[in-house]
Amino acid sequence: MELSTRTAHELHNMLVKKEVSSREITEAVLGRIEQVEGQVSAYITVTADAALAAADAADESFAKGDAPGLLTGIPVALKDNLCTKGVKTTCASKILKNFVPPYNATAIDKLANMHAVPIGKSNLDEFAMGSSTENSIFYPTKNPWNLSCVPGGSSGGAAAAVAADEAIVALGSDTGGSIRQPASFCGVVGMKPTSGRVSRYGLIAFASSLDQIGPLTKDVTDCAMVLQSISGKDPMDSICADVPVPDYLAALKDDVKGLKIGVPKEFFVQGIDSDVSAAVWKAVELLKSLGAECGEHSMPVMEYTLPAYYILAPSEASSNLARHDGVRYGFRSAQATDVDSMFQKTREEGFGPEVKQRIMIGTYALSAGYYDAYYRKAQQVRTLVRQSFEEAYSKFDVLITPTTPTVAFGLGERSGNPLEMKLTDVCTIPASLSGIPAISITCGYKNNLPIGLQIMGKHFDEETLLRVAYTFEQNTSFHKNRPALGRE
Amino acid sequence: MTEYEPVIGIEVHAELLTNSKMFCSCPVEFGGEPNTRTCPVCLGLPGSLPVPNRRAIEFVIRASLALNCEVKEYSDFYRKNYFYPDLPKNYQISQYDNPIGRNGWIDITVDGTVKRIGIRRVHIEEDAGKLIHASVGNESLVDYNRGGLALMEIVTEADIRSAEEAREYLVNLRAILTYIGVTNGKMEEGTLRCEPNISVRPKGTEKFGTKTELKNLNSFRAVYRGVEYEVKRQVEALQSGGRIIQETRRWDDDRGITIAMRTKEMEQEYRYFPDPDLVPMNFSAGLIEEQRSLLPELPQARKERFMKEFDLSAADAEMLTSTRAMADYYEEAVGAYPDYKGISNWIMGDFTRMLNSAGIEIDASKVKPVDLAGLLKMIADNVISGKMAKTVFEEMFNTGASPKEIVKSRGMVQVSSETELYPIIDQVISENPRIVQDFLGGKEKSFGFLVGQIMKYTQGRGNPQAVNQLLRKRLSETKG
Repeated sequence: MELSTRTAHELHNMLVKKEVSSREITEAVLGRIEQVEGQVSAYITVTADAALAAADAADESFAKGDAPGLLTGIPVALKDNLCTKGVKTTCASKILKNFVPPYNATAIDKLANMHAVPIGKSNLDEFAMGSSTENSIFYPTKNPWNLSCVPGGSSGGAAAAVAADEAIVALGSDTGGSIRQPASFCGVVGMKPTSGRVSRYGLIAFASSLDQIGPLTKDVTDCAMVLQSISGKDPMDSICADVPVPDYLAALKDDVKGLKIGVPKEFFVQGIDSDVSAAVWKAVELLKSLGAECGEHSMPVMEYTLPAYYILAPSEASSNLARHDGVRYGFRSAQATDVDSMFQKTREEGFGPEVKQRIMIGTYALSAGYYDAYYRKAQQVRTLVRQSFEEAYSKFDVLITPTTPTVAFGLGERSGNPLEMKLTDVCTIPASLSGIPAISITCGYKNNLPIGLQIMGKHFDEETLLRVAYTFEQNTSFHKNRPALGRE
Repeated sequence: MTEYEPVIGIEVHAELLTNSKMFCSCPVEFGGEPNTRTCPVCLGLPGSLPVPNRRAIEFVIRASLALNCEVKEYSDFYRKNYFYPDLPKNYQISQYDNPIGRNGWIDITVDGTVKRIGIRRVHIEEDAGKLIHASVGNESLVDYNRGGLALMEIVTEADIRSAEEAREYLVNLRAILTYIGVTNGKMEEGTLRCEPNISVRPKGTEKFGTKTELKNLNSFRAVYRGVEYEVKRQVEALQSGGRIIQETRRWDDDRGITIAMRTKEMEQEYRYFPDPDLVPMNFSAGLIEEQRSLLPELPQARKERFMKEFDLSAADAEMLTSTRAMADYYEEAVGAYPDYKGISNWIMGDFTRMLNSAGIEIDASKVKPVDLAGLLKMIADNVISGKMAKTVFEEMFNTGASPKEIVKSRGMVQVSSETELYPIIDQVISENPRIVQDFLGGKEKSFGFLVGQIMKYTQGRGNPQAVNQLLRKRLSETKG
């Protein structure tokens, strides 16, 4: 079996038993990148030299008999909105095309400290704004299951890299579904942890109150390993909570007996693909047969989550992205003649259309005279969404829904229709607004494209999510399937 | 002609005396090579996040309490959005709906009348960097060393009605803030910045006129002159049929005029919204009470106590309590030797003059309070004369030596005994027979000349009283 196709937990065991070296694993993954990256375009930057150096450091650490970290020696893809010291971090934007951060994101530091192997910076929609990775200024990433389809977004590069064995695991970021939706489209596991579980320090902000770093992996065990490695309080992020980090691997039990699972009907939206719906219900039936108590539930406020999100996220973005102005770093327009034109031309030339549109929407929503009608109203919806989840969790341990209403769509198919594009996030946005954790795992296929199952849990209860996902995985074989790419 | 009255509100920005900046751990120091005291956070680099400085927040709670404000348990940070190159994130983290302090006041005294000035709000925010316009080329540079320093903003109600009240408010405010130790309050260095909003309206009317905002007022004197000028300018403009434009004006201290900087005809659109990077603050009652318990006796109360306890005039007591350091100094000195008036005169006279010319504060002086007290006791005990004391004090100021040491090492002890003075007196009498005759003939003026001669021989150390007494005795003997 090719090393690049293996999971992190398999490789971890092999490394510990000295059956393989990190250099061999890293070279195998770099070889796979060589083989398929031309078709997939998962990466903006492949950091082969840094990867091999880290692999050697990991091997040295194994040789010395140091206690290994869970990801020591494991190749990791990093979404290109995570700051990496000395390595270009572009956000797939012209304005940051040559930005080299002088520091590491906290999550990256945690990985570096355990000698995880940074294999490359993965592609994304510009500033993580989008659902298809088509909004990258470099190139769109392709879905490894079908190269004429999108991988989802905005962490499309990370999801595609893991699906195509161009990385063993990946770190992405999720604001309204940017980990879960591409995980669903690419048939991998993707988790948005609870807000405050993982430090956001060094994640280039899109919408601060919604942004969260999380894992994209080949299976649930790997997801637990990555989550374990990046979680915990950080003095550099005041939102990051002082909540103890449990042993997530210990939570992986093949047992859902007595667990109460709710299925909120509002997530089976109008326009949902009936095959997606059927696959989700089939998964629910399976969990029921394994001893879970499943019941339908209603959350009427969900109708307003999409419009609320599309006020709040652009509002925060309009302010967060103001710093990209050509003064201190990044692109500066050569057309500038004075301070005002420097700001204007730099931003006019430096940002793509989707980013500009969101900045304008957000600027409008925060303006005096509109604030109450838009921003404040959207915050009120957010409060109602939270209350709605609290109420649901008084009855259920977890909620199960589709991750997306459809499987991956064709490249270019929705780029002309922003509303349809945004509807792809309708099932993932509620957990983002509420701050609760959510995971997407594969529960079926349609036309050889994966179908995603979303499991949402209580605040800081990633353990139960992992337990349900793990039980599902142990009783199915979806996670073992790989796209045929390059192996036909 | 219509008579106008000024309506003035004042915004003050005070740099807080924290060791590190408001949202990062960069050190706070004055000056330094540009951009050496910066980090990804205060440079606003992508991905960086703010973490609030607890001490700065405590300082603003303390200041709010000292200014008689309500401090509610809930407070939060807002973003104030605007583009400017000295503002690294193009938004300033500030406060809006829920400032730390609200609805306070301080009392000021103008022409013997006490007036209450309302404090609308006290809030915390971060400072911006500094633009430097290069002398060559058409480039501008930015120094972010100051960027992200913790600032407190204090806004009054529009209660102020004259330049004198504006200055008095500022004197009192500065005294309170320096007393409680939250800022060093140096207007010249810009650690305390004052921006009055000024308008005028026909006397007896309610409606506010169009206001202008004044900047660059770097001393109490500048505040007085700037406000006085601006009020006069507005009144004259209106009386001659002109109108006032809403704008920011810069005080030119050398020319004594205000100059238009930029118009503010349109209300700035700052798009305030709660900062999603920061959790709201929830102050426990315990924390607020702890800050209240840390408040020292404030200037007004101390002034009143000084008047009562040390029998000082209002003016003297106000001057002595204008800074905490000076008041502490005075109390320590009178504790060592209770010459209340004498010590007050020394501090406010020669001492302050010398401090001013050396450009230092009283607590940085080498003269210890007990030594100033000792000097006054030596005068009272006739060890030295008042004139000698001035010379001794100068040396105390320069070297920090005690007055005893100086008097001893310089042999400056006063000459008062008969055995020492009589030989000198006799010598002067014998050297000046004509003058002695004049005196004996009734010319009282000649006495002074003889005293002068004796003082000359004693090198000024003769005790004036003893010299007078013994000379008169000798002369009467001569006469007899």
